[in-house]
Amino acid sequence: MAKVIKVENLSKAYRLGEIGTGTITKDWERFWAKTRGKEDPFLKIGEVNDRTKKGQSNVVLSLKDINFDIEQGDAVGIIGRNGAGKSTLLKILSRVTAPTTGSIKIKGRIASLLEVGTGFHPELTGKENIFLNGAILGMRKAEIKRKLDEIIDFSGVERYIDTPVKRYSSGMYVRLAFAVAAYLESEILIVDEVLAVGDAEFQKKCLGKMGDISKGQGRTVLFVSHNMGAIKKLCNQAIILNNGSIHLNGNVNEGINAYTKIHTENKSTRYKNNNPEKGFMEIAVEGENSEVRSDFGFDESISFRMRFNVKQAYLSGNVGIKVWDNLERCVFTSEMKINELIDSAGEITTLVTIPEMLLTPGDYKVSFALHLPNIQIIEVIADVIYFEVVETGSDFYEFNGADLGCIFVNCQWKLVN
Amino acid sequence: MHYMAEEWDIEITPRNSLFDLKLKDVWHYRDLLVLLVRRDFVAFYKQTILGPLWFFIQPLFTTIIYTFVFGSLANISADGLPRPLFYLAGITAWNYFADCLTKTSTVFTANSGLFEKVYFPRLIVPLSVIVSNLIRFGVQMLLFVLMMLIYWGKGAAFHPTIYILLFPALLLLMAMLGLGLGMIISAMTTKYRDLSFLITFGVQLMMYLTTVIYPLSTVKQKYPTYEWLVEYNPMTSIIECFRYGFLGQGTFTMLSLAVTTGITILILLVGIIVFNRVEKNFVDTV
Repeated sequence: MAKVIKVENLSKAYRLGEIGTGTITKDWERFWAKTRGKEDPFLKIGEVNDRTKKGQSNVVLSLKDINFDIEQGDAVGIIGRNGAGKSTLLKILSRVTAPTTGSIKIKGRIASLLEVGTGFHPELTGKENIFLNGAILGMRKAEIKRKLDEIIDFSGVERYIDTPVKRYSSGMYVRLAFAVAAYLESEILIVDEVLAVGDAEFQKKCLGKMGDISKGQGRTVLFVSHNMGAIKKLCNQAIILNNGSIHLNGNVNEGINAYTKIHTENKSTRYKNNNPEKGFMEIAVEGENSEVRSDFGFDESISFRMRFNVKQAYLSGNVGIKVWDNLERCVFTSEMKINELIDSAGEITTLVTIPEMLLTPGDYKVSFALHLPNIQIIEVIADVIYFEVVETGSDFYEFNGADLGCIFVNCQWKLVN
Repeated sequence: MHYMAEEWDIEITPRNSLFDLKLKDVWHYRDLLVLLVRRDFVAFYKQTILGPLWFFIQPLFTTIIYTFVFGSLANISADGLPRPLFYLAGITAWNYFADCLTKTSTVFTANSGLFEKVYFPRLIVPLSVIVSNLIRFGVQMLLFVLMMLIYWGKGAAFHPTIYILLFPALLLLMAMLGLGLGMIISAMTTKYRDLSFLITFGVQLMMYLTTVIYPLSTVKQKYPTYEWLVEYNPMTSIIECFRYGFLGQGTFTMLSLAVTTGITILILLVGIIVFNRVEKNFVDTV
């Protein structure tokens, strides 16, 4: 297969902090260094972009020396955490911003969809916006005219097509905007996570359309999403970005597996109490093989290892965990009587496990407590341990963005009449 | 296969060559230009009662005020022309230039939402500004011609000359000058916002250095030491020629027009180069 995108030694530096005072002097120093043929004094190559750590300079490399090729007809999922460099890569590929070093070579027409409805004007009607948006995305007027009926049909907002889009519901807006993009005639299509909005039915329709694009028409698609289910369904290749570098470039299943394993060290998965007077000494989140990590597949169990000190007076107390979802709702609480674990004071380690296929994909945090029920709270460790249940191809991807609760219940359904 | 040269349609590199103006790209997106102009026009009069009539109101009232303040109160010469006609000629021409300049100068900051999300040749946007303003200018010219006819009927003393034929060239010069200066400023405002504060009052100051409210002949007579300040301003000879063409009064030479043309082309070229240079990375600093 022919290569359609070739990325070589691509890096992108960003300046941190405020741009304003001092810009002129620094610009001058930079200019001065360049005219003497020296290196940019503010660009220290080699520093890793890790937002959780304090760096030396105020320049970070959002992408660091990236190399990859993409072949015609591939559907490539670009996966990575927030800040891994996905958006930067897409911005450079879409020519919104230029790289700091390196180059990208592209064969064929490229269209990017970093946002649906770019350039929509609220005062213009749906039809007028189709033309405007199409033209912004690089279509000629005649081309849009030819496809107008199909676009309107795909959007399903025919009744409102001569109404200004400011009167549209947000769902209709997205439908119309995606419909325009779906009919782009480019050889390469770049799609950012734009499907997070819109209703489930339409999301499915879009995913189907995108599947057609890559499989049926031999087009190349680059797709960025946090939604592993959608990536698994659409893509055959995956590129995983981590701190601005390529962590893995391979087939999509390998990619998704690797994704759930990385970044564990950046998330708070371990807690060490610096003042272990009261009880808790150490807490960690673990997977099935006792490895500490933060990301778990829906079909994996999640364990918490707790080491704590039990004083004689607290032997009749409880140790408990409380799990919260990202909306700060308490999902459940689990408690254990300490005297059922040990019968004399001392240091113990316990492991509590949440069974697999219980928590639906999403972010969770856990708090830990030692207490004498209804008498005294000995210690609460809150807001230090986080974990995430990651979508790995279950049916939940369709519900991305919708709040459908955090517990999966395998209910019994049967026909009674 | 070993020797087959690889062919690529697009190459994305840190910097473009300085003189790659990407005009071919601009041509491909010409439909977008038309649609943007349409959008600006529609968005301007939607939900207003008077609609395009607003284009008339502003120059009309400015003329009335100028006639009163600079004419009746300050008694500044109007080259022997009817004052309202004299001022309206200056205002109409100046407004077109000033609108082009101020609107172009905010292209990057005003459209950053769009520019951050999708690529198209950025030059399309300032060009659409120039064309949008042309509609407005057209309406204001209509007002000017209407006034001329009214004064003609009253038997006022003015005589259009053959230089009226230079009108399209003058219009082009004003557009190019506004575009060029606007693009230079817009490129600089992406980093240094100070300039956007400077521009509104800078344009106002520049108007007083141009022969909008006084004729060049008065400056030559009364302030020969400062005459160069006004005369070297490229807008001066454009407006003087404009007045001479339509009203038969104005001080300019073919040489001064030629110099203006030269300066304008230079500014426009610098503008496009600076603009193209900034458009690649402005998203990071805006």
